[in-house]
Amino acid sequence: MIELRGIHKTYSGAQPLHVLKGIDLDIAEGELVSIMGASGSGKSTLLNILGILDDYDEGDYRLAGTLIKDLSETRAAQYRNRMIGFIFQSFNLIGFKTAVENVELPLFYHGVGRRRRHQMAMDELEKMGLTDWAEHYPNELSGGQRQRVATARALVTRPKIILADEPTGALDSKTGVEVMELLKKLNREEHITMIIVTHDPNVAAQTNRVIRIKDGVIE
Amino acid sequence: MIELFSEIWQTARRNKLRTSLTGFAVAWGIFMLIVLLGAGNGLINAQMENNDRYVDNSMMVFGGMTSKAFDGLKEGRNIQLDNNDLAVTQARFTQNIDKAGAIIYENAVTITVGENYVSSSLRGVYPMDQEINKKKLVAGRFINDIDICDQRKVLIISENQARELMPKDPRLLLGQTIRVGDLAFKVVGIEQEDKSRMSTDATVPFTTLQTIYNRGNRVGRINFTFHGLNTEKENEAFETRYRATINRQHRAAPDDEDAIWIWNRFTQALQMQKGMNIIQVALWIIGLFTLLSGIVGVSNIMLITVRERTREFGIRKAIGASPASILRIIITESIIVTGFFGYLGMLMGIGANMYMDATLGSKPIETGLFTTTVFVNPTVGLGTCLGVTLVLILAGTIAGLMPALKASRIRPIEALRAE
Ligand SMILES: Nc1ncnc2c1ncn2[C@@H]1O[C@H](COP(=O)(O)OP(=O)(O)O)[C@@H](O)[C@H]1O
Ligand SMILES: [Mg+2]
Repeated sequence: MIELRGIHKTYSGAQPLHVLKGIDLDIAEGELVSIMGASGSGKSTLLNILGILDDYDEGDYRLAGTLIKDLSETRAAQYRNRMIGFIFQSFNLIGFKTAVENVELPLFYHGVGRRRRHQMAMDELEKMGLTDWAEHYPNELSGGQRQRVATARALVTRPKIILADEPTGALDSKTGVEVMELLKKLNREEHITMIIVTHDPNVAAQTNRVIRIKDGVIE
Repeated sequence: MIELFSEIWQTARRNKLRTSLTGFAVAWGIFMLIVLLGAGNGLINAQMENNDRYVDNSMMVFGGMTSKAFDGLKEGRNIQLDNNDLAVTQARFTQNIDKAGAIIYENAVTITVGENYVSSSLRGVYPMDQEINKKKLVAGRFINDIDICDQRKVLIISENQARELMPKDPRLLLGQTIRVGDLAFKVVGIEQEDKSRMSTDATVPFTTLQTIYNRGNRVGRINFTFHGLNTEKENEAFETRYRATINRQHRAAPDDEDAIWIWNRFTQALQMQKGMNIIQVALWIIGLFTLLSGIVGVSNIMLITVRERTREFGIRKAIGASPASILRIIITESIIVTGFFGYLGMLMGIGANMYMDATLGSKPIETGLFTTTVFVNPTVGLGTCLGVTLVLILAGTIAGLMPALKASRIRPIEALRAE
């Protein structure tokens, strides 16, 4: 599903920062993988490249067989919309939209009609056990509920992979466990490839494979 | 489309104060534009109404004073138009001149009916004067060819003179013989009063006046209607030819521009039209500049909005929004805000024009000498309203363009990092 060959990434600036120094990585369809490493080791950078949110300087990245390189913004947006679901540490829900409207948004950019969109979003929220909260705004929800809304939003387009950047980082440990259970269940039942960045060993322990980054390469 | 509108409704509602402040700037701009154009139209319409008093394609010719020595004669000679000039005018320019006539005045005569009298001036005219000066009669007839031929002592009196002479029923004057100075004239017509000018003239046949008051073959002025001169250039060429002919009659240099004076109402109307167009263009420019400040305001506010919403746009892009879709949101928002408030401004402007119309419009203003209307129908037409709507859409697009481009270039990772 994912094929990285010799990926390099340098942040230019007054002090150019060579963050990724030749990453080789293969992730098969349906895998549940965690990425670990010290703070500032480049985990998020790697995940952003995987999510086509950022570009890389050297190497090749193939996603489901397609070479992802030098895409126009519009194409990148299309691929993100079709293939990738994001879950962020800080949820990144849109504050003035209700839970269900947030979940509908990727479908809107997918070109799904109004009614069907609403139905699909409601179905997804139901799976998360949030039917009663659909019309609430994010600031009326708890952290765990918000992360579940974000997860519903990531899943609603049936992406090939889910990229989660410290999904439990902003949650208390109990809610964190709940969210992890949810992700594991989705991986198991829906067979979605899942890549989770974390620095929590407990989270990493629940995944099939742990990838450790140090000094810009995989250990 | 519905999605787009509900999106915009959501964001506009979140920022009521901001939205209404920018809205006000736009509304004010459009309001000014409409009011200015309306006022301009009022002035123009009033001017047009004044122009309507006489036939456009006519000229009037006066005697002047030579400014060039010619044929052994010195400059500074007075030129007196005479019957020959009229005959030449009638005979030699048939290609362009339809009807030619002459006018002659006798000032200060007293018209008496019984115990009532008015002092008046007499205008001796040809029948074509009725057409050229758009004279209307309330009763009777105008001067005719037989009057001219037989030098009949007939008279057309103005309505207000008639009222003074016979206050009870002015119309009874028709057909009566009245005293003009020492002579008896028969009243054959009563001339309608002009809205704006008090008439103190009584009209008589040209030949009658010329004979009675011993004018020999002298003529006050010559006037004629013409056709086939459609451009300023053609008019100039004709005037040059005409001037040369008449000048030669009086042994004045053919190119002497001061020997006779030609007043061409057609070219004057053309120039007036040009002036009016300039006024209208100027008003549009002023109005558009006022609107421009509104646009800058909207643009600024939209830029602030975009900055505030950076994170939101980042999220949208991360989940699949294309740059074009972001561009569309912002520009549509800008157009809707501009359009909505602009329309409000336009309605208020139209209201203000109606108010102007009700208070100043068509109200004559007394200047002492004559009355005039400054504003006639000071409103804008449907065409202008459509034009303004177009301007609004354009303005909204321009105002939204910069912020929209900025928003569409937001990079999701940077937006999401900004916490
Ligand atoms: N846009 C950027 N410009 C410059 N430096 C950056 C940028 N993004 C991240 N970095 C730097 O790159 C390094 C790796 O960052 P990141 O991938 O976020 O680390 P992690 O997620 O593992 O904590 C850090 O030192 C960070 O400061
Ligand atoms: Mg990180």
